[in-house]
Amino acid sequence: MSSRERWGTRVGLVLAMAGNAVGLGNFLRFPAQAAQNGGGSFLIPYLVSFLLMGIPLLWVEWAIGRHGGQFGHHSAPGMFDRLGKYRWLKYVGVFGLFTNLTVAAYYCYIESWTLSYVWHSATGTFKDVAAGEFFPRYLGMQEDSVLAVPREAVFWFLLTLGLNVWILSHGLQKGIEIAAKIGMPLLLLFGAILAIRGLTLGTHDPGVVQSPLEGLNFVWQPQPAGLLDPTTWLAAAGQIFFTLSVGMGSIHCYAAYLKREQDIALNAASAGWMNEFVEVILGGSILIPIATAYLGLQAVQAATAGGSGFALGFLALPSLFNQWGWFAPFAGALWFGLLFFAGITSSLAMGQPILAFLQDEFGYKRTRAAFTFGAATLVLGFVCVWLYPGGSFDEFDFWSGTFSLVVFALGEIIIFGWIFGMERGWAEITRGADIQVPTLIRPVIKYVTPVFILVVFVGALIKPVGRWGAAVRSVFTGEGWPLAPDSVIGRVLHVGDPEYSWFDAQGNFTNDFVQDATRGLLLLVFLGCAFLVWKAWRLKARVIL
Amino acid sequence: MTGSAWIMLLGTWAVIGFFTGKFFLRVLRSPVRSDEPGQQ
Repeated sequence: MSSRERWGTRVGLVLAMAGNAVGLGNFLRFPAQAAQNGGGSFLIPYLVSFLLMGIPLLWVEWAIGRHGGQFGHHSAPGMFDRLGKYRWLKYVGVFGLFTNLTVAAYYCYIESWTLSYVWHSATGTFKDVAAGEFFPRYLGMQEDSVLAVPREAVFWFLLTLGLNVWILSHGLQKGIEIAAKIGMPLLLLFGAILAIRGLTLGTHDPGVVQSPLEGLNFVWQPQPAGLLDPTTWLAAAGQIFFTLSVGMGSIHCYAAYLKREQDIALNAASAGWMNEFVEVILGGSILIPIATAYLGLQAVQAATAGGSGFALGFLALPSLFNQWGWFAPFAGALWFGLLFFAGITSSLAMGQPILAFLQDEFGYKRTRAAFTFGAATLVLGFVCVWLYPGGSFDEFDFWSGTFSLVVFALGEIIIFGWIFGMERGWAEITRGADIQVPTLIRPVIKYVTPVFILVVFVGALIKPVGRWGAAVRSVFTGEGWPLAPDSVIGRVLHVGDPEYSWFDAQGNFTNDFVQDATRGLLLLVFLGCAFLVWKAWRLKARVIL
Repeated sequence: MTGSAWIMLLGTWAVIGFFTGKFFLRVLRSPVRSDEPGQQ
């Protein structure tokens, strides 16, 4: 049974938790978000959000996890069931299964791209083929039909998924912990090598058109006006939210393998700050400075205008490394290697809650649970791989990887502060603590953090086109609220899609069909997880009777 | 890079570096109790 499993070492636990938080977004999303939302000024709301929302949420999730673990529950439904007397609490925990399962499906797919790119970088593919041409071909985006199968992408996806299942089947100490102890130091080493090489590029180096420090300046130049713009604050709070992997159920799961008196306060703080180190210091010093050196600041500004460095990371950087001569294959392998380690330490953390649920609630053996997780992820992930060109991937990312996280975090912070109660909650956080948790955190958890998350939630719900200030002004000028197509309501109502239809003029399926079908699938998965929770508790009730 | 960008960068790096180092060193150095991981 999983309840007998424990972490082997404290360092292993902290590295695994930090690895859970450190993901591709640390290197691809953070620098672009910072640059597009006030530069150096972004860091002020970013750090405020980290202290008022990030750290309190980390402590709450560790506390819920360790508390649930004492009752033999290592996944969210059982943990939430133990937070109060209400039967519905366990169904809030369904989010902790749904999110991990569905995010793992598409996350393993991105992870497989990084593994594939390690191979292609090391073997010199990008010397002959521009990365910008390679990427759409690799994903099958140049096929005539949105239903075409990209064979190479499928191969790497299967390999990556197999690796995840193999590691998970070895358990906590011999699987996840070893992966974190290898992956995290290598990630830091690879990141440091690339950052130093990138920042020391000079205009005398071949191909360099601008100093990389101009790129660094782009990320860090403070724009004080940004501090008064709600867009900057929402972007900063959103970035903190997603970078820490809160609202998923994976932190709860890892913490559940601690004993009742073991510290969570110091461990959580250490893992959280380590994530910030990787994100701000390493993440901010690689992608944009190197891309600026070879492409120039204007091109980089254009490429990151949407707040993501994804295009630079996958479409530009592999070819730019060609300028580094004999070091080019190594540089590509280091860049995608660090992305791979960032990815796999996160995807393992998504798999473990599913394994734990099957082990705790249905009595599965670890290997069987790992293969069940692998099979479920394969089916869901294949939908992502197959229907990527039709927009399926974006639907997974939005509803599972963004919306559900905020809903779950909002639910858990309210349940923890108001149903479980701050008396018990505070005792849970501070028991066995190796650092003194500031008493100020207590009212922050009860009042400030829920409001913070609520603001992020409402912000996602009604996100406008352009800046928030301009949107508010347009209401007063009678033009109405300019709802963004990528807001929650905008997506539900298909805002910005006047030709919405499931079929085109020739009767073929359109992207609209693929997107709606994906939403239907995700809803079915959520209901399926809820059904399993209902069934597990029904079985328990029978056993007790 | 401008002076204000350098100030923001170095200030933020110092804060993050300080707390990351402080907490992780404490994890490494803190006495392992009999019920801590590693003593199973």
